[in-house]
Amino acid sequence: MTTARLPPFQRFLDAHRDQVLRFLIASVGRHDADDAFQETFISALRAYPQLRPDSNLRGWVLTIAHRKALDVHRARGRNPVPVAEIHDRPAATPAAEPPDHWERVRALPPRQHEVLTLRYAADLTHAEIALALGCSEEAARRAAADGLKTLREELRDVPATA
Amino acid sequence: MFLPPPDLRPGEAAALAARTAARAADEGVAEVVYATVDSPAGRLVAVATPRGLARLAYELENGGLDTILDEAALKLSPAIVEAPARLDAVRRELDEYFEGRREEFDIPLDWALSTPGFRRLVLQECARIPFGATRTYKEMAIAAGSPRAFRAAGGALGSNPIPIIVPCHRVLASGGGLGGYTGGLDRKRLLLGIEAPTLFA
Repeated sequence: MTTARLPPFQRFLDAHRDQVLRFLIASVGRHDADDAFQETFISALRAYPQLRPDSNLRGWVLTIAHRKALDVHRARGRNPVPVAEIHDRPAATPAAEPPDHWERVRALPPRQHEVLTLRYAADLTHAEIALALGCSEEAARRAAADGLKTLREELRDVPATA
Repeated sequence: MFLPPPDLRPGEAAALAARTAARAADEGVAEVVYATVDSPAGRLVAVATPRGLARLAYELENGGLDTILDEAALKLSPAIVEAPARLDAVRRELDEYFEGRREEFDIPLDWALSTPGFRRLVLQECARIPFGATRTYKEMAIAAGSPRAFRAAGGALGSNPIPIIVPCHRVLASGGGLGGYTGGLDRKRLLLGIEAPTLFA
């Protein structure tokens, strides 16, 4: 038989866990990433037996992770957590906190933040991002370019620190 | 790269995946769970559904873990996760059996992986053979209602999805020979030696 089959879910989980966790840490921060990760794969498992075996599993699971990240952002009152607030929060393991640039990405307009996180933290292609967000590939590219432009300008304005 | 992805701590994603799998099993979202169990007869892979233990595979003799899971995904459900805690009872009863402290298994069984009809009947009859006793293939054919089908009875026992616990090792050739075994004759001798040391040690 050469028909495509879904891999056992455990294998799918093992294959995509790193990418999903990286995406979620970048998107919602380390503090909320654990819960969002579990919610992502529990939701994926519920839908898994009905999934078409030839589906793009990576794009599919990151689409779910993206929706879980949106839930987290909504729960925070639709507003991204301001950078200052993140710095004020006591960090249990400061060395492992995401680098500063993801905090800046989270402060961008939602679409730019979404596209940059899927592109650079989850390593999706623009075509996969367009599918995940339900927008055109062109719109995804434009949002990425706009976001990167803002980040570059911000970084230029930041005084160098020790 | 301009935006490097966040770093992960060593083992962080694996531990989180394991917690997620355990939760999926506890909440009943996973339809099938599995765990590996080390035993004196080699490493075993135990696969269970909500109804009970469906598969106990000798890992090496069945093509390795990936092959065993592929088969379980195909025949039971792809919604399968590793959940060692859910198979604690299986592990405990097997440990006790191999240490000579258990003669009967109390684990519920799911017969989904045996072919309905004659094959399943033979296996269900086999499950009734008491510890320390043996039967012949012919006796199993008779017990399953088809006295002349002793070769088919042998085939049914060879396809046993739950060896050790469904004790197909207790079925021998009519002349007193060992017959065959799904896990190789050395394992058949090992199991019979546990149950009747004076005869098979």
